[in-house]
Amino acid sequence: MSKLTKADVLHVAKLAKLNLSDAEIEEFLPQLSSVINYVGELSKVNTAGVEPTSQTTGLTDVFRDDEVKESSLDQNKALSGTDKIYNGYFKVPAILEGRTDK
Amino acid sequence: MNLPLTIKDTKEGLLTKKFSAVELVDEYLARIEKNKDLNAFLTISGDFAYEKAKVVDSDLQDLPLLGAVTAHKDLFLTKGVRTTAASKVLESYVPEYSATAVERMKKAGAIMIGKTNCDAWAHGGSGENSDFGPTLNPWNKKYVPGGSSSGSAASVAAGLSLIATGTDTGGSIREPANFCGVVGFKPTYGAVSRYGVIAMASSLDCVGSFGHTVEDVETIFNVVKGSDGFDSTVTDEKYEKKNGKLRIGIPKEYFVEGLDKEVEKAVLSASKVFEKEGIELVDVSLPNTKYAINVYYIIQPAEVSSNLGRYDGIRYGNARETFGAEAKRRIMLGTYVLSAGYYDAYYLKAQKVRSKIIADFDKVFEKVDAILAPVSPTPAFKLGEKLNDPLKMYLSDVCTVSANLAGIPALAIPSGFSQNKLPLGFQLMGSRFSEETLFTLGKLYQKSINYIPKLP
Repeated sequence: MSKLTKADVLHVAKLAKLNLSDAEIEEFLPQLSSVINYVGELSKVNTAGVEPTSQTTGLTDVFRDDEVKESSLDQNKALSGTDKIYNGYFKVPAILEGRTDK
Repeated sequence: MNLPLTIKDTKEGLLTKKFSAVELVDEYLARIEKNKDLNAFLTISGDFAYEKAKVVDSDLQDLPLLGAVTAHKDLFLTKGVRTTAASKVLESYVPEYSATAVERMKKAGAIMIGKTNCDAWAHGGSGENSDFGPTLNPWNKKYVPGGSSSGSAASVAAGLSLIATGTDTGGSIREPANFCGVVGFKPTYGAVSRYGVIAMASSLDCVGSFGHTVEDVETIFNVVKGSDGFDSTVTDEKYEKKNGKLRIGIPKEYFVEGLDKEVEKAVLSASKVFEKEGIELVDVSLPNTKYAINVYYIIQPAEVSSNLGRYDGIRYGNARETFGAEAKRRIMLGTYVLSAGYYDAYYLKAQKVRSKIIADFDKVFEKVDAILAPVSPTPAFKLGEKLNDPLKMYLSDVCTVSANLAGIPALAIPSGFSQNKLPLGFQLMGSRFSEETLFTLGKLYQKSINYIPKLP
């Protein structure tokens, strides 16, 4: 197994949308490294011809009728978990920034 | 008041008017207050408890959980009562609806008394990963109660509630039950709806319970099991009872180096009890057990990283910066093993080895009706002992994760105490949807040793 680098940690943090502090990076790097190396020992197991399992009771494609259930939350209840609302909408952080090429 | 320690005694006391449900709530709230230092509860719902108790008293009916004072792990959504997953992310989240298990237990007469502490997002085996401080073991406050359902196990063990709910993704019910000396039950994957239960790793998560007796966790299971239309993995199985002579397998891979001598002795003396009762003991082998931790610590963090992706602090909860260290570690691990270039080597590989672990169990269950094994390699360990070494902490899940990977039911039962006066016990694992057989065996054990629950 290749060794986990600081660049790997920064890349993964970006994918996971986590802003890690320098102290956290320093703490996590050796910890994650040892776990990755440990679980990576699976590479030695012979799995030729073995199908992967993601569902243990053998269910596939469970369908239901597409209908509105009474238990759906109304707008007020759906908005009740946050103070950051505007005119009955959730307020979200801007994802676009001002253009810098003008 | 002489606290009843079983559902049956509670019901009988209420139906014969030996005590009222309001008096029960008085008593439990007083005990919670007296045992505050255990840090078993994150939220006490006294008002809701009294409201329900009055309903119980005014209309005494023969309901399965009549008057059973219940603590819910803080992963279960409870309408109008704060639900945090023991994480600062959900510090002030108050749900608009309740989990199916919570609703069904309430309808069956249960009285919710509060929400229990746990490892944040159920990530841990000691309770120490809670963002609100660790829960202490009621038998010795220097020791961990086990995790992640730490507060639920401690609450039942200390008599702060009669029963409690928990979730078991890799041992999170059985291990704390074992460390606290109570019965803990993890059902078959897909037997109980997870609707309204904060998800950890969706191919592994199971909703189960704690009580003092096998009979009590069986009663709870019969109340909460079955489809609700909100969790598509749930199937309505016929749980057929096995008749005739039962056989228990002893898997040699669970009795290897690192297993505490007293734990080993406890499991072997349990096997003797079963033998005395006419159960045949059979030596069996589960050769891929040695890879279970590797597989589990790939699949579980992968699914954790996906499930925790929804917490963006927009619709509810705080921003992602408020995740604690362990949640961040697992999100990072999971994201890594799923990321481009690593998926085949880690996640897909783990799913294949998972199939081999399942095949081991399927083969053994052709020969035996249940498997007897330790729950944890050691009794409860000291607070702080493994806190700074995540890998060491993960390795203590070695005896429990296989049942989750295979989706099979498992029942943890207390058997006595170590020389240090810490609880000991064992677990029984069965084939998928063989709950009836596990309960039969568990009740047989408790009857045979004339088990009488006691509080610290």
